[in-house]
Amino acid sequence: MATPHSISIETVAKVANLARLNLTPQEMATMAEQLSGMLEHFGGIDKLDLSAVVPMAQAVPLKNVLREDVVMPSLDRDEVLASAPDAHDGRFRVPPSAGQES
Amino acid sequence: MATPFATAIQIAQSIRDGSTTASAVLEQHLARISEREGEIHAFNLVTTEQARATAQHIDKQAKAGNALGALAGVPVALKDNMCTRGIATTCSSKILEGWKPPYDATVVTRLQQAGAVMVGKTNLDEFAMGSSTENSAFGPTRNPLDTSRVPGGSSGGSAAAVAAGFAAASLGSDTGGSIRQPASLCGLVGVKPTYGLVSRQGIVAFASSLDQVGPFTHTVADAALLMEVIGGHDPLDSTSLPQPLPSLTAVLDQGVKGMRIGRLVGMPEGCEPEVLARLEAAFAALQQAGATIVDITLPSLEFGITAYYLIAPAEASSNLARYDGVRYGLRVDSPDLNSMYGATRAAGFGAEVKRRIMLGTYALSAGYFDAYYGKALKVRRLISDDFATAYSSCDVILTPTSPTVAFPIGEKADDPLTMYLCDVFTIPTNLAGHCAMSVPFGTGAHNMPVGVQVLAPALGEQAMFRVAAQLERAS
Repeated sequence: MATPHSISIETVAKVANLARLNLTPQEMATMAEQLSGMLEHFGGIDKLDLSAVVPMAQAVPLKNVLREDVVMPSLDRDEVLASAPDAHDGRFRVPPSAGQES
Repeated sequence: MATPFATAIQIAQSIRDGSTTASAVLEQHLARISEREGEIHAFNLVTTEQARATAQHIDKQAKAGNALGALAGVPVALKDNMCTRGIATTCSSKILEGWKPPYDATVVTRLQQAGAVMVGKTNLDEFAMGSSTENSAFGPTRNPLDTSRVPGGSSGGSAAAVAAGFAAASLGSDTGGSIRQPASLCGLVGVKPTYGLVSRQGIVAFASSLDQVGPFTHTVADAALLMEVIGGHDPLDSTSLPQPLPSLTAVLDQGVKGMRIGRLVGMPEGCEPEVLARLEAAFAALQQAGATIVDITLPSLEFGITAYYLIAPAEASSNLARYDGVRYGLRVDSPDLNSMYGATRAAGFGAEVKRRIMLGTYALSAGYFDAYYGKALKVRRLISDDFATAYSSCDVILTPTSPTVAFPIGEKADDPLTMYLCDVFTIPTNLAGHCAMSVPFGTGAHNMPVGVQVLAPALGEQAMFRVAAQLERAS
C-alpha cells in the first residue's frame, strides 16, 4: 500500500547506485519494505510547523578553527601502504576507471 | 559502595602503595578472561602479550620509585572503533579486515600516558550502529549478568568487559546512547561527555556531529577519574572545546543540597513499571538529600528518534564513503573501479550498516533533502530549545536510561524500528551536544539492573557528577 513516505524498489536501486552498494534483488525488496516502514514513522514530524525554525547542523558554535602552519611528522608511508589491498611503487593501486563506466 | 570487582582507583592505589603489582593485577583479569570470555565474547582481540609488557614496565617504574600515572597498572578495554597503532581495529566489520592503524587515537595515548594497561579491543555493533551488539560481523556479545540477554549497544563489549571483571574500566563511544544504554543494562556507570570535551581524533567516525567518547566503570569516582584522564582540549580535533576540563573528582562529595532536579512530565510510553519505580526512588533519594524536584517538559522529545535516525545515517553515509577498497581493508576484485567499489561495499558491510547508508543517502538525495534531512535539522533545534527552557528552571534532569532492562538476545533483531525506539531517552542529549550519564540504581524485571540517567546542559559535568555520586550513595 503506497503512502506518501513509501519508497519503491526503483528508488532503492537508484539510491544503492548513489551509495556504491551492490544489493541483491532480495536485499532491495527487504530494504524497500523496511525503509518505507521507517519513513512512515518518521513522517510524524510532518505535523510540526517548522517554517520558522532555523536548522541546527551541529551543537558546538566553533567555526574556522585555525592553527599555526607548523611542519610535523606525517604518517609513515610504508606503514600506511602495508594495510592497503594493493600497492605499487609507493602508491595505492586500483583497477582502471577510464572508459569503463557504463 | 560494594562492587563485584576492584575499582580502578583501588587498583591504582594498591599498586602505588606497593601492596600488589601491575602484573599480578593483570594476571587476575586475564584469568577471568580465560574463564568466561568463551561464553560472553566481549572482545574482538585480547592483547595479552602487549598487556604483560606494559604491566612489567609499570612495575619497573614503581620499583624504581618513579612517579606513577593516575591509572598506572589499571587494566582497561577499548571499543574496537578506537585506533591503536599496529593493532587491528575492526569496528566489528568485515570491511576493515586486516587493517592496522598507523596511529593511536588521542584517548588511547592519554590512557597510556596515565599508565593504563590495555587488555583488548571490545566488540560492538558494526560501526557502532545498534543498541544490542547483535550487529557485529563477529557474533553477538552476551550480558555477563544473564548470558541469554543482550549487554546493550553499541558499546556492548566494553560494558560486558567491565561487568565481567575482564577490565576495571573501559572506553566506549556514544552517538545516540551507545555508552549509557549498555551501562544501564550491565549495571555500570557510563558517561556521555559534552560534545567537544573528549577528543574524537582517531575514533572511527560514525556521525561526526554526535559522536563522543566516554568511560564505563563500576563507580562514579572511577568515571570522574577516567574523564579527567581522557578529557580536555586536543589540537588534533577541530571540534574539541578550547576550555580546560573542570575537575570532577573534586566535586563528588559536595552533595545535592539546594540543587534543582528536573522531572519529566509526559513520560513516553513503553517504560517498564519497575524502571519507572526506580526512577521515582531516585527522585525521593535526591529530595531526601536536600534537592528540590521541579516538573519540566520536553515537548519535542518524541520527535528526537526521527531526527536522530535521519541525521545520524545521513552523516554516516558520508563518513562511510571512505570504505571503498582503495586504501585499507577489504577489496573485492573487479575489472573496473566503479564495480570494485560496489562489490567491496556489498561484501564488507552488514545488513544494519547497509540499511543506514541507504537511509542516509536517501535522506540527503536530490528531491528528498528538504523533506527529511532538512526537517530533521529543524527538529534538532526544537529539542535544543526545549532543553534550554527546561534548564532555566533546573540544574539537571533525571530520566530512565533505557525504557527496559536487558532484553533477550534475538528479541528485537529482526525489527530495526522497534530497536531504534529503545533510544528515546538517550538520543536528545547527543542532538543537543549536552552531557548525560547512567548510574546503576537497583534492579527491575528478571532481577536485571536499572540505570537512572542524569542529564545536564553543555559543560554541566560537575552538577551531573554531584547528582550521580549522591545516587550512588543512596543505592
